[in-house]
Amino acid sequence: MQYVFEPGFFTSGPVHVALAVGTVIAITSAVVGVFTVTRGQSFAGHSLADIATTGGSGAFLIGVNQFWGYLAFGAGAAAFMEMIGIQRRRGRDVATGVVLGAALGLAALFLYLGTQYSTTTGASFTILFGSIFVLTPSTVPALIVSALLALATVVALARVLLLTSLSPDIAAARGVPVRAVGAAFLMALAVSVALSAVIIGAVLSTALLIGPAATALRLAKSPVRAVITAAGLGVLAIWLGILLAYDSFYWPPAGRGWPVSFFVVTLIVGGYLVTYLHRDRRPHQNPEQQNIDAEQACSPA
Amino acid sequence: MTSDLLTLDHVGVRLGGRDILRDVSFGIRPGQFTGLIGPNGAGKTTLLKVILGLQPVTAGQVLIDGQPRSPRDTSIGYVPQKLGIEPDIPLRVRDVVSLGLDGHKFGLRLPSKTRRELVSDMLTAVGAQRYADARVGELSGGEQQRVMIAHALISQPKLLLLDEPLANLDISSEQGIVSVLARLARAEQVAVLLSAHDMNPLMPYMDRIVYVAAGRVAVGDTDEVVQPEVLSRLYGQHVDVIRVHGRILVVAAPEGVDEAEAAAEDAGVMR
Repeated sequence: MQYVFEPGFFTSGPVHVALAVGTVIAITSAVVGVFTVTRGQSFAGHSLADIATTGGSGAFLIGVNQFWGYLAFGAGAAAFMEMIGIQRRRGRDVATGVVLGAALGLAALFLYLGTQYSTTTGASFTILFGSIFVLTPSTVPALIVSALLALATVVALARVLLLTSLSPDIAAARGVPVRAVGAAFLMALAVSVALSAVIIGAVLSTALLIGPAATALRLAKSPVRAVITAAGLGVLAIWLGILLAYDSFYWPPAGRGWPVSFFVVTLIVGGYLVTYLHRDRRPHQNPEQQNIDAEQACSPA
Repeated sequence: MTSDLLTLDHVGVRLGGRDILRDVSFGIRPGQFTGLIGPNGAGKTTLLKVILGLQPVTAGQVLIDGQPRSPRDTSIGYVPQKLGIEPDIPLRVRDVVSLGLDGHKFGLRLPSKTRRELVSDMLTAVGAQRYADARVGELSGGEQQRVMIAHALISQPKLLLLDEPLANLDISSEQGIVSVLARLARAEQVAVLLSAHDMNPLMPYMDRIVYVAAGRVAVGDTDEVVQPEVLSRLYGQHVDVIRVHGRILVVAAPEGVDEAEAAAEDAGVMR
Protein backbone atom coordinates (compact mmCIF):
# COMPACT_ATOMS: atom_id res chain seq x y z
CA MET A 1 0.00 0.00 0.00
CA GLN A 2 2.77 2.40 0.83
CA TYR A 3 4.10 2.01 -2.72
CA VAL A 4 0.78 3.24 -4.10
CA PHE A 5 0.33 6.14 -1.70
CA GLU A 6 3.77 7.57 -1.06
CA PRO A 7 4.42 9.02 2.45
CA GLY A 8 2.46 12.16 3.25
CA PHE A 9 -0.17 11.86 0.51
CA PHE A 10 -3.10 11.87 2.94
CA THR A 11 -1.72 14.58 5.22
CA SER A 12 -0.55 17.08 2.61
CA GLY A 13 -2.61 20.30 2.54
CA PRO A 14 -2.02 21.06 -1.16
CA VAL A 15 -3.13 17.51 -2.00
CA HIS A 16 -6.42 17.98 -0.13
CA VAL A 17 -7.13 21.25 -1.94
CA ALA A 18 -6.11 19.72 -5.28
CA LEU A 19 -8.41 16.73 -4.78
CA ALA A 20 -11.40 18.86 -3.73
CA VAL A 21 -11.08 21.51 -6.42
CA GLY A 22 -10.07 18.92 -9.01
CA THR A 23 -13.20 16.88 -8.33
CA VAL A 24 -15.59 19.81 -8.72
CA ILE A 25 -13.87 21.01 -11.89
CA ALA A 26 -13.66 17.52 -13.40
CA ILE A 27 -17.40 17.01 -12.92
CA THR A 28 -18.28 20.40 -14.42
CA SER A 29 -15.94 19.92 -17.39
CA ALA A 30 -17.23 16.44 -18.13
CA VAL A 31 -20.90 17.44 -18.01
CA VAL A 32 -20.36 20.56 -20.11
CA GLY A 33 -18.21 18.38 -22.39
CA VAL A 34 -21.02 15.93 -23.15
CA PHE A 35 -23.12 18.78 -24.55
CA THR A 36 -20.12 20.33 -26.31
CA VAL A 37 -19.46 17.10 -28.22
CA THR A 38 -23.18 16.60 -28.88
CA ARG A 39 -23.49 20.12 -30.28
CA GLY A 40 -20.41 19.63 -32.47
CA GLN A 41 -18.57 22.48 -30.71
CA SER A 42 -15.39 20.63 -29.73
CA PHE A 43 -13.32 22.93 -31.94
CA ALA A 44 -14.90 25.99 -30.33
CA GLY A 45 -14.09 24.48 -26.92
CA HIS A 46 -10.47 23.94 -27.86
CA SER A 47 -10.21 27.44 -29.27
CA LEU A 48 -11.61 28.93 -26.07
CA ALA A 49 -8.84 27.05 -24.27
CA ASP A 50 -6.16 28.50 -26.52
CA ILE A 51 -7.66 31.96 -26.14
CA ALA A 52 -7.63 31.49 -22.38
CA THR A 53 -3.83 31.23 -22.71
CA THR A 54 -3.86 34.86 -23.86
CA GLY A 55 -5.96 35.86 -20.84
CA GLY A 56 -3.77 33.90 -18.45
CA SER A 57 -0.55 35.40 -19.77
CA GLY A 58 -2.10 38.89 -19.78
CA ALA A 59 -3.22 38.45 -16.17
CA PHE A 60 0.28 37.33 -15.19
CA LEU A 61 1.75 40.39 -16.90
CA ILE A 62 -0.42 42.79 -14.87
CA GLY A 63 -0.11 40.74 -11.67
CA VAL A 64 -3.67 39.37 -11.39
CA ASN A 65 -4.52 35.73 -10.64
CA GLN A 66 -4.50 33.79 -13.91
CA PHE A 67 -8.04 32.41 -13.38
CA TRP A 68 -9.54 35.88 -13.95
CA GLY A 69 -7.53 36.22 -17.14
CA TYR A 70 -8.70 32.83 -18.41
CA LEU A 71 -12.28 33.70 -17.53
CA ALA A 72 -12.32 37.22 -19.00
CA PHE A 73 -10.74 36.21 -22.30
CA GLY A 74 -12.72 32.99 -22.60
CA ALA A 75 -16.04 34.74 -21.96
CA GLY A 76 -15.13 37.66 -24.23
CA ALA A 77 -14.11 35.34 -27.04
CA ALA A 78 -17.29 33.28 -26.58
CA ALA A 79 -19.41 36.42 -26.89
CA PHE A 80 -17.50 37.55 -29.98
CA MET A 81 -17.78 34.12 -31.63
CA GLU A 82 -21.52 34.11 -30.94
CA MET A 83 -21.84 37.59 -32.45
CA ILE A 84 -20.03 36.79 -35.68
CA GLY A 85 -21.95 33.67 -36.43
CA ILE A 86 -21.18 30.56 -34.42
CA GLN A 87 -24.90 29.75 -34.43
CA ARG A 88 -24.75 29.02 -38.14
CA ARG A 89 -23.33 25.61 -38.92
CA ARG A 90 -21.22 26.92 -41.77
CA GLY A 91 -20.05 30.10 -40.07
CA ARG A 92 -19.00 28.21 -36.98
CA ASP A 93 -15.50 27.07 -37.87
CA VAL A 94 -14.68 30.34 -39.60
CA ALA A 95 -15.84 32.43 -36.62
CA THR A 96 -13.85 30.24 -34.26
CA GLY A 97 -10.72 30.22 -36.42
CA VAL A 98 -10.62 33.99 -36.90
CA VAL A 99 -10.86 34.71 -33.15
CA LEU A 100 -8.34 31.97 -32.36
CA GLY A 101 -5.61 33.27 -34.67
CA ALA A 102 -5.81 36.80 -33.26
CA ALA A 103 -5.71 35.61 -29.66
CA LEU A 104 -2.69 33.35 -30.01
CA GLY A 105 -0.61 36.20 -31.45
CA LEU A 106 -1.36 38.22 -28.33
CA ALA A 107 -0.52 35.26 -26.08
CA ALA A 108 2.94 35.07 -27.65
CA LEU A 109 3.49 38.77 -26.92
CA PHE A 110 2.21 38.60 -23.32
CA LEU A 111 4.29 35.55 -22.46
CA TYR A 112 7.37 37.18 -23.97
CA LEU A 113 6.83 40.43 -22.04
CA GLY A 114 5.89 38.58 -18.86
CA THR A 115 9.07 36.56 -18.77
CA GLN A 116 11.16 39.63 -19.70
CA TYR A 117 9.98 41.69 -16.75
CA SER A 118 9.62 38.98 -14.14
CA THR A 119 12.08 36.80 -12.39
CA THR A 120 9.43 34.16 -11.69
CA THR A 121 10.55 31.12 -13.58
CA GLY A 122 7.93 28.71 -14.76
CA ALA A 123 5.18 31.30 -15.32
CA SER A 124 4.79 30.25 -18.93
CA PHE A 125 4.74 26.66 -17.80
CA THR A 126 2.00 27.33 -15.23
CA ILE A 127 -0.17 29.16 -17.76
CA LEU A 128 0.25 26.56 -20.47
CA PHE A 129 0.22 23.40 -18.37
CA GLY A 130 -1.48 24.25 -15.05
CA SER A 131 -0.61 24.11 -11.39
CA ILE A 132 -3.08 22.13 -9.31
CA PHE A 133 -0.67 21.77 -6.35
CA VAL A 134 -0.03 25.51 -6.00
CA LEU A 135 -3.59 26.89 -6.19
CA THR A 136 -3.85 30.30 -4.53
CA PRO A 137 -6.10 29.62 -1.51
CA SER A 138 -8.02 32.88 -2.01
CA THR A 139 -9.22 31.84 -5.49
CA VAL A 140 -10.56 28.47 -4.33
CA PRO A 141 -14.07 29.77 -3.40
CA ALA A 142 -14.29 31.61 -6.74
CA LEU A 143 -13.32 28.41 -8.56
CA ILE A 144 -15.98 26.36 -6.78
CA VAL A 145 -18.73 28.97 -7.28
CA SER A 146 -17.91 29.38 -10.98
CA ALA A 147 -17.95 25.62 -11.45
CA LEU A 148 -21.33 25.29 -9.77
CA LEU A 149 -22.77 28.14 -11.86
CA ALA A 150 -21.60 26.57 -15.13
CA LEU A 151 -22.94 23.20 -14.02
CA ALA A 152 -26.30 24.66 -12.99
CA THR A 153 -26.64 26.48 -16.32
CA VAL A 154 -26.07 23.32 -18.33
CA VAL A 155 -28.35 21.22 -16.14
CA ALA A 156 -31.13 23.82 -16.47
CA LEU A 157 -30.71 23.86 -20.26
CA ALA A 158 -30.18 20.09 -20.64
CA ARG A 159 -33.46 19.13 -22.34
CA VAL A 160 -33.53 22.22 -24.51
CA LEU A 161 -29.93 21.59 -25.63
CA LEU A 162 -30.78 18.00 -26.54
CA LEU A 163 -33.86 19.05 -28.52
CA THR A 164 -31.80 21.70 -30.32
CA SER A 165 -29.11 19.12 -31.18
CA LEU A 166 -31.82 16.87 -32.57
CA SER A 167 -33.25 19.67 -34.72
CA PRO A 168 -32.88 23.44 -34.27
CA ASP A 169 -36.02 23.93 -36.39
CA ILE A 170 -38.20 21.76 -34.16
CA ALA A 171 -36.84 23.56 -31.10
CA ALA A 172 -37.55 26.97 -32.65
CA ALA A 173 -41.04 25.89 -33.74
CA ARG A 174 -41.78 24.94 -30.13
CA GLY A 175 -40.82 28.36 -28.85
CA VAL A 176 -37.25 27.64 -27.68
CA PRO A 177 -35.10 30.81 -27.95
CA VAL A 178 -32.45 28.79 -29.82
CA ARG A 179 -29.91 31.58 -30.16
CA ALA A 180 -30.09 32.75 -26.54
CA VAL A 181 -29.77 29.15 -25.36
CA GLY A 182 -26.71 28.71 -27.59
CA ALA A 183 -25.14 31.88 -26.17
CA ALA A 184 -25.79 30.79 -22.57
CA PHE A 185 -24.23 27.41 -23.30
CA LEU A 186 -21.17 29.02 -24.89
CA MET A 187 -20.68 31.08 -21.70
CA ALA A 188 -20.88 27.96 -19.53
CA LEU A 189 -18.34 26.39 -21.89
CA ALA A 190 -15.97 29.37 -21.52
CA VAL A 191 -16.21 29.18 -17.71
CA SER A 192 -15.60 25.45 -17.71
CA VAL A 193 -12.54 25.86 -19.96
CA ALA A 194 -11.13 28.60 -17.68
CA LEU A 195 -11.53 26.28 -14.68
CA SER A 196 -9.77 23.37 -16.37
CA ALA A 197 -7.03 25.77 -17.44
CA VAL A 198 -6.31 26.49 -13.78
CA ILE A 199 -5.73 22.86 -12.91
CA ILE A 200 -4.23 21.29 -16.02
CA GLY A 201 -3.24 24.35 -18.04
CA ALA A 202 -4.78 26.43 -20.81
CA VAL A 203 -3.56 24.40 -23.77
CA LEU A 204 -4.56 21.09 -22.18
CA SER A 205 -7.92 22.09 -20.73
CA THR A 206 -9.77 20.69 -23.76
CA ALA A 207 -8.56 17.24 -22.78
CA LEU A 208 -10.59 17.37 -19.56
CA LEU A 209 -13.55 18.87 -21.42
CA ILE A 210 -13.74 16.62 -24.48
CA GLY A 211 -11.91 13.42 -23.42
CA PRO A 212 -14.22 12.02 -20.71
CA ALA A 213 -17.29 13.19 -22.68
CA ALA A 214 -16.17 11.54 -25.93
CA THR A 215 -15.35 8.31 -24.08
CA ALA A 216 -18.72 8.35 -22.27
CA LEU A 217 -20.58 8.95 -25.53
CA ARG A 218 -19.02 5.77 -26.90
CA LEU A 219 -20.05 3.77 -23.83
CA ALA A 220 -23.47 5.11 -22.79
CA LYS A 221 -26.55 5.41 -24.98
CA SER A 222 -28.83 7.67 -22.94
CA PRO A 223 -28.12 11.29 -21.98
CA VAL A 224 -28.30 10.67 -18.21
CA ARG A 225 -25.92 7.73 -18.39
CA ALA A 226 -23.53 9.63 -20.69
CA VAL A 227 -23.34 12.53 -18.23
CA ILE A 228 -22.79 10.27 -15.22
CA THR A 229 -20.15 8.18 -17.03
CA ALA A 230 -18.30 11.30 -18.23
CA ALA A 231 -18.27 12.82 -14.73
CA GLY A 232 -17.02 9.53 -13.26
CA LEU A 233 -14.23 9.23 -15.83
CA GLY A 234 -13.17 12.87 -15.36
CA VAL A 235 -12.98 12.51 -11.58
CA LEU A 236 -11.09 9.23 -11.87
CA ALA A 237 -8.53 10.78 -14.24
CA ILE A 238 -7.98 13.74 -11.92
CA TRP A 239 -7.62 11.59 -8.79
CA LEU A 240 -5.24 9.12 -10.42
CA GLY A 241 -3.35 12.00 -12.04
CA ILE A 242 -2.87 13.72 -8.68
CA LEU A 243 -1.79 10.46 -7.03
CA LEU A 244 0.73 9.62 -9.76
CA ALA A 245 2.10 13.17 -9.82
CA TYR A 246 2.57 13.08 -6.05
CA ASP A 247 4.29 9.70 -6.25
CA SER A 248 6.48 10.80 -9.17
CA PHE A 249 8.41 13.00 -6.76
CA TYR A 250 10.28 9.80 -5.88
CA TRP A 251 10.76 8.75 -9.50
CA PRO A 252 13.81 9.66 -11.56
CA PRO A 253 15.05 12.32 -11.60
CA ALA A 254 14.25 12.02 -7.89
CA GLY A 255 13.21 15.16 -6.05
CA ARG A 256 11.16 16.71 -8.90
CA GLY A 257 7.54 15.69 -9.39
CA TRP A 258 6.25 15.16 -12.92
CA PRO A 259 3.45 17.50 -14.06
CA VAL A 260 -0.11 16.49 -13.07
CA SER A 261 -1.39 17.53 -16.52
CA PHE A 262 0.78 14.87 -18.15
CA PHE A 263 -0.81 12.09 -16.08
CA VAL A 264 -4.38 13.42 -16.38
CA VAL A 265 -4.20 13.80 -20.15
CA THR A 266 -2.50 10.43 -20.64
CA LEU A 267 -5.14 8.69 -18.52
CA ILE A 268 -7.96 10.40 -20.45
CA VAL A 269 -6.55 9.56 -23.88
CA GLY A 270 -5.79 6.01 -22.69
CA GLY A 271 -9.39 5.59 -21.55
CA TYR A 272 -10.70 6.82 -24.89
CA LEU A 273 -8.49 4.36 -26.79
CA VAL A 274 -9.66 1.47 -24.59
CA THR A 275 -13.24 2.06 -25.80
CA TYR A 276 -12.01 1.27 -29.32
CA LEU A 277 -10.48 -2.02 -28.19
CA HIS A 278 -13.73 -2.78 -26.38
CA ARG A 279 -15.78 -2.21 -29.55
CA ASP A 280 -13.44 -4.20 -31.78
CA ARG A 281 -13.35 -7.20 -29.47
CA ARG A 282 -17.08 -7.80 -29.85
CA PRO A 283 -17.42 -10.79 -32.19
CA HIS A 284 -20.25 -9.25 -34.16
CA GLN A 285 -22.96 -6.67 -33.84
CA ASN A 286 -26.25 -7.82 -32.38
CA PRO A 287 -28.89 -9.09 -34.82
CA GLU A 288 -30.99 -5.93 -34.54
CA GLN A 289 -28.04 -3.82 -35.57
CA GLN A 290 -27.45 -6.12 -38.52
CA ASN A 291 -31.05 -5.67 -39.61
CA ILE A 292 -30.58 -1.95 -39.42
CA ASP A 293 -27.42 -2.17 -41.49
CA ALA A 294 -29.20 -4.30 -44.06
CA GLU A 295 -32.02 -1.76 -44.32
CA GLN A 296 -29.51 1.03 -44.69
CA ALA A 297 -27.75 -0.86 -47.44
CA CYS A 298 -31.07 -1.13 -49.31
CA SER A 299 -32.03 2.53 -49.07
CA PRO A 300 -30.46 4.72 -51.75
CA ALA A 301 -29.18 7.27 -49.21
CA MET B 1 -63.97 29.00 -43.34
CA THR B 2 -64.65 29.02 -39.59
CA SER B 3 -64.38 25.23 -39.31
CA ASP B 4 -60.84 25.31 -40.70
CA LEU B 5 -58.07 24.26 -38.33
CA LEU B 6 -55.42 26.09 -40.34
CA THR B 7 -56.08 29.09 -42.57
CA LEU B 8 -53.59 30.76 -44.89
CA ASP B 9 -55.01 34.08 -45.99
CA HIS B 10 -53.31 35.69 -49.03
CA VAL B 11 -49.85 34.84 -47.68
CA GLY B 12 -46.82 36.25 -49.47
CA VAL B 13 -43.11 35.87 -48.68
CA ARG B 14 -40.52 38.07 -50.33
CA LEU B 15 -36.82 37.40 -49.69
CA GLY B 16 -33.94 39.37 -51.19
CA GLY B 17 -36.20 40.98 -53.79
CA ARG B 18 -37.60 37.64 -54.95
CA ASP B 19 -41.13 36.40 -54.38
CA ILE B 20 -40.84 32.98 -52.73
CA LEU B 21 -44.60 32.70 -52.16
CA ARG B 22 -47.31 34.75 -53.83
CA ASP B 23 -50.92 35.13 -52.70
CA VAL B 24 -51.20 31.70 -51.07
CA SER B 25 -54.65 31.00 -49.63
CA PHE B 26 -56.05 27.70 -48.41
CA GLY B 27 -57.53 26.04 -45.35
CA ILE B 28 -57.12 22.64 -43.73
CA ARG B 29 -59.88 20.92 -41.74
CA PRO B 30 -59.36 18.60 -38.75
CA GLY B 31 -58.43 15.06 -39.76
CA GLN B 32 -57.72 15.89 -43.41
CA PHE B 33 -54.72 14.32 -45.17
CA THR B 34 -53.30 16.95 -47.49
CA GLY B 35 -50.39 16.52 -49.88
CA LEU B 36 -48.18 19.58 -50.44
CA ILE B 37 -46.87 18.70 -53.85
CA GLY B 38 -44.44 20.50 -56.12
CA PRO B 39 -40.98 20.37 -57.68
CA ASN B 40 -37.83 21.08 -55.66
CA GLY B 41 -37.37 24.77 -54.98
CA ALA B 42 -41.06 25.59 -55.52
CA GLY B 43 -41.47 26.97 -51.99
CA LYS B 44 -42.79 23.92 -50.09
CA THR B 45 -40.32 24.19 -47.20
CA THR B 46 -40.87 27.96 -46.96
CA LEU B 47 -44.63 27.38 -46.82
CA LEU B 48 -44.24 24.89 -43.95
CA LYS B 49 -41.94 27.29 -42.11
CA VAL B 50 -44.50 30.07 -42.53
CA ILE B 51 -47.14 27.85 -40.91
CA LEU B 52 -44.72 27.04 -38.05
CA GLY B 53 -43.93 30.71 -37.52
CA LEU B 54 -40.24 30.18 -38.38
CA GLN B 55 -40.54 32.34 -41.52
CA PRO B 56 -42.16 35.77 -41.19
CA VAL B 57 -44.69 36.64 -43.90
CA THR B 58 -44.49 39.83 -45.92
CA ALA B 59 -48.20 39.76 -46.80
CA GLY B 60 -51.34 38.09 -45.48
CA GLN B 61 -51.70 36.03 -42.34
CA VAL B 62 -51.69 32.50 -40.92
CA LEU B 63 -54.42 31.50 -38.48
CA ILE B 64 -54.74 28.43 -36.26
CA ASP B 65 -58.33 27.90 -35.12
CA GLY B 66 -59.02 31.41 -36.34
CA GLN B 67 -56.27 32.92 -34.14
CA PRO B 68 -52.68 33.98 -34.89
CA ARG B 69 -50.30 31.28 -33.66
CA SER B 70 -48.63 31.79 -30.28
CA PRO B 71 -44.92 30.83 -30.03
CA ARG B 72 -45.37 28.01 -27.47
CA ASP B 73 -48.38 26.53 -29.24
CA THR B 74 -48.13 22.74 -29.19
CA SER B 75 -51.05 22.23 -31.56
CA ILE B 76 -48.64 21.74 -34.49
CA GLY B 77 -46.25 18.80 -34.73
CA TYR B 78 -43.34 19.06 -37.16
CA VAL B 79 -40.98 16.61 -38.81
CA PRO B 80 -38.26 18.53 -40.67
CA GLN B 81 -36.57 17.65 -43.93
CA LYS B 82 -33.18 15.83 -44.07
CA LEU B 83 -32.98 14.70 -40.46
CA GLY B 84 -29.32 13.60 -40.60
CA ILE B 85 -29.13 12.87 -36.86
CA GLU B 86 -25.49 12.44 -35.82
CA PRO B 87 -24.64 9.01 -34.37
CA ASP B 88 -22.86 10.53 -31.35
CA ILE B 89 -25.97 12.33 -30.07
CA PRO B 90 -26.67 10.47 -26.81
CA LEU B 91 -30.35 9.90 -27.46
CA ARG B 92 -32.07 6.55 -27.63
CA VAL B 93 -35.25 6.28 -29.65
CA ARG B 94 -37.33 6.47 -26.46
CA ASP B 95 -35.45 9.61 -25.34
CA VAL B 96 -36.27 11.31 -28.63
CA VAL B 97 -39.97 10.51 -28.31
CA SER B 98 -39.94 11.67 -24.69
CA LEU B 99 -38.41 15.00 -25.78
CA GLY B 100 -41.55 15.43 -27.91
CA LEU B 101 -43.49 15.93 -24.68
CA ASP B 102 -41.27 18.46 -22.91
CA GLY B 103 -38.00 19.04 -24.83
CA HIS B 104 -38.79 22.77 -24.92
CA LYS B 105 -38.87 23.07 -21.12
CA PHE B 106 -36.05 24.17 -18.84
CA GLY B 107 -34.82 22.28 -15.78
CA LEU B 108 -34.74 18.60 -14.96
CA ARG B 109 -37.58 16.12 -14.77
CA LEU B 110 -37.98 13.04 -12.65
CA PRO B 111 -38.54 9.64 -14.24
CA SER B 112 -42.22 8.75 -14.38
CA LYS B 113 -44.03 5.53 -15.12
CA THR B 114 -46.89 7.28 -16.92
CA ARG B 115 -44.42 8.97 -19.25
CA ARG B 116 -42.61 5.71 -19.94
CA GLU B 117 -45.86 4.01 -20.87
CA LEU B 118 -46.95 6.93 -23.03
CA VAL B 119 -43.64 6.73 -24.93
CA SER B 120 -43.94 2.95 -25.34
CA ASP B 121 -47.49 3.23 -26.67
CA MET B 122 -46.44 5.89 -29.15
CA LEU B 123 -43.51 3.77 -30.38
CA THR B 124 -45.86 0.83 -30.85
CA ALA B 125 -48.28 3.04 -32.78
CA VAL B 126 -45.62 3.98 -35.34
CA GLY B 127 -44.08 0.49 -35.41
CA ALA B 128 -40.76 1.54 -33.85
CA GLN B 129 -40.87 -0.41 -30.57
CA ARG B 130 -38.34 -2.95 -31.90
CA TYR B 131 -35.51 -0.40 -31.80
CA ALA B 132 -36.71 1.64 -28.80
CA ASP B 133 -33.34 1.31 -27.03
CA ALA B 134 -31.11 1.92 -30.05
CA ARG B 135 -29.28 5.21 -30.56
CA VAL B 136 -31.40 7.24 -32.94
CA GLY B 137 -28.37 8.32 -35.01
CA GLU B 138 -27.58 4.68 -35.83
CA LEU B 139 -30.96 4.00 -37.47
CA SER B 140 -31.78 4.05 -41.18
CA GLY B 141 -33.57 7.01 -42.76
CA GLY B 142 -36.97 5.30 -42.72
CA GLU B 143 -36.60 4.28 -39.08
CA GLN B 144 -35.59 7.82 -38.10
CA GLN B 145 -38.71 9.12 -39.87
CA ARG B 146 -40.94 6.82 -37.80
CA VAL B 147 -39.21 7.95 -34.61
CA MET B 148 -39.62 11.62 -35.50
CA ILE B 149 -43.30 11.06 -36.33
CA ALA B 150 -43.71 9.54 -32.85
CA HIS B 151 -41.79 12.54 -31.42
CA ALA B 152 -44.16 14.94 -33.19
CA LEU B 153 -47.39 13.08 -32.34
CA ILE B 154 -46.82 12.39 -28.63
CA SER B 155 -47.82 15.93 -27.64
CA GLN B 156 -51.16 15.26 -29.39
CA PRO B 157 -51.04 18.04 -31.97
CA LYS B 158 -54.10 18.87 -34.09
CA LEU B 159 -51.95 19.38 -37.17
CA LEU B 160 -48.86 17.44 -38.24
CA LEU B 161 -46.48 18.95 -40.79
CA LEU B 162 -43.92 16.75 -42.52
CA ASP B 163 -41.28 18.12 -44.87
CA GLU B 164 -40.34 15.61 -47.59
CA PRO B 165 -40.53 12.58 -45.28
CA LEU B 166 -40.32 10.22 -48.26
CA ALA B 167 -37.15 11.68 -49.79
CA ASN B 168 -34.30 9.14 -49.88
CA LEU B 169 -36.46 6.23 -48.74
CA ASP B 170 -36.74 2.88 -50.48
CA ILE B 171 -40.19 1.92 -51.76
CA SER B 172 -41.16 -0.35 -48.85
CA SER B 173 -40.21 2.20 -46.15
CA GLU B 174 -42.08 4.82 -48.21
CA GLN B 175 -45.29 2.81 -48.12
CA GLY B 176 -44.78 1.96 -44.44
CA ILE B 177 -44.48 5.63 -43.45
CA VAL B 178 -47.47 6.79 -45.51
CA SER B 179 -49.77 4.05 -44.21
CA VAL B 180 -48.75 4.70 -40.58
CA LEU B 181 -49.50 8.40 -41.08
CA ALA B 182 -52.84 7.80 -42.75
CA ARG B 183 -53.90 5.38 -40.01
CA LEU B 184 -52.90 7.72 -37.15
CA ALA B 185 -54.48 10.73 -38.83
CA ARG B 186 -57.83 8.87 -39.05
CA ALA B 187 -57.60 7.36 -35.56
CA GLU B 188 -56.54 10.54 -33.73
CA GLN B 189 -58.31 13.01 -36.03
CA VAL B 190 -54.98 14.74 -36.72
CA ALA B 191 -54.77 16.84 -39.86
CA VAL B 192 -51.66 15.95 -41.88
CA LEU B 193 -49.88 18.26 -44.31
CA LEU B 194 -47.07 16.36 -46.00
CA SER B 195 -44.75 17.78 -48.63
CA ALA B 196 -43.39 15.64 -51.45
CA HIS B 197 -42.02 16.16 -54.94
CA ASP B 198 -43.70 12.93 -56.09
CA MET B 199 -47.43 12.63 -55.44
CA ASN B 200 -47.76 8.98 -56.47
CA PRO B 201 -47.02 7.24 -53.13
CA LEU B 202 -49.66 9.52 -51.55
CA MET B 203 -52.45 9.00 -54.10
CA PRO B 204 -54.41 6.35 -52.12
CA TYR B 205 -54.43 8.49 -48.96
CA MET B 206 -54.64 12.15 -49.99
CA ASP B 207 -57.95 13.86 -49.28
CA ARG B 208 -56.72 17.06 -50.90
CA ILE B 209 -53.75 18.41 -52.74
CA VAL B 210 -51.98 21.76 -52.45
CA TYR B 211 -49.85 21.98 -55.58
CA VAL B 212 -47.00 24.50 -55.38
CA ALA B 213 -45.07 25.78 -58.37
CA ALA B 214 -43.21 29.05 -58.87
CA GLY B 215 -44.41 30.31 -55.46
CA ARG B 216 -48.13 29.95 -56.27
CA VAL B 217 -50.58 27.26 -55.21
CA ALA B 218 -53.54 25.43 -56.66
CA VAL B 219 -55.78 23.69 -54.11
CA GLY B 220 -58.50 21.06 -54.39
CA ASP B 221 -59.14 17.37 -55.06
CA THR B 222 -56.37 15.67 -56.99
CA ASP B 223 -58.64 15.28 -60.02
CA GLU B 224 -59.41 19.00 -60.10
CA VAL B 225 -55.86 20.19 -59.56
CA VAL B 226 -53.73 17.74 -61.48
CA GLN B 227 -54.89 18.93 -64.90
CA PRO B 228 -52.64 20.32 -67.63
CA GLU B 229 -54.52 23.66 -67.76
CA VAL B 230 -54.38 24.24 -64.00
CA LEU B 231 -50.71 23.28 -63.66
CA SER B 232 -49.60 25.12 -66.81
CA ARG B 233 -51.13 28.30 -65.38
CA LEU B 234 -49.27 27.66 -62.12
CA TYR B 235 -45.89 26.93 -63.72
CA GLY B 236 -46.29 29.76 -66.21
CA GLN B 237 -45.33 27.37 -69.00
CA HIS B 238 -46.94 24.43 -70.71
CA VAL B 239 -46.85 21.14 -68.81
CA ASP B 240 -48.39 17.79 -69.65
CA VAL B 241 -50.06 15.47 -67.17
CA ILE B 242 -49.53 11.86 -68.15
CA ARG B 243 -51.44 9.01 -66.48
CA VAL B 244 -49.89 5.56 -66.85
CA HIS B 245 -50.96 2.44 -64.90
CA GLY B 246 -52.57 4.58 -62.23
CA ARG B 247 -49.45 6.72 -61.84
CA ILE B 248 -49.35 10.42 -62.62
CA LEU B 249 -46.39 12.17 -64.21
CA VAL B 250 -46.18 15.93 -64.61
CA VAL B 251 -43.71 16.81 -67.35
CA ALA B 252 -42.68 20.10 -68.88
CA ALA B 253 -43.08 20.29 -72.62
CA PRO B 254 -39.79 20.58 -74.53
CA GLU B 255 -38.75 24.10 -75.42
CA GLY B 256 -40.56 25.53 -78.42
CA VAL B 257 -43.60 23.29 -78.01
CA ASP B 258 -45.14 26.01 -75.89
CA GLU B 259 -45.62 28.41 -78.75
CA ALA B 260 -46.51 25.71 -81.28
CA GLU B 261 -49.13 24.31 -78.91
CA ALA B 262 -50.61 27.70 -78.24
CA ALA B 263 -50.72 28.50 -81.95
CA ALA B 264 -52.34 25.15 -82.66
CA GLU B 265 -54.95 25.70 -79.93
CA ASP B 266 -55.69 29.14 -81.27
CA ALA B 267 -56.23 27.68 -84.69
CA GLY B 268 -58.57 25.09 -83.18
CA VAL B 269 -56.42 22.21 -84.31
CA MET B 270 -56.65 19.05 -82.19
CA ARG B 271 -53.34 17.35 -81.60
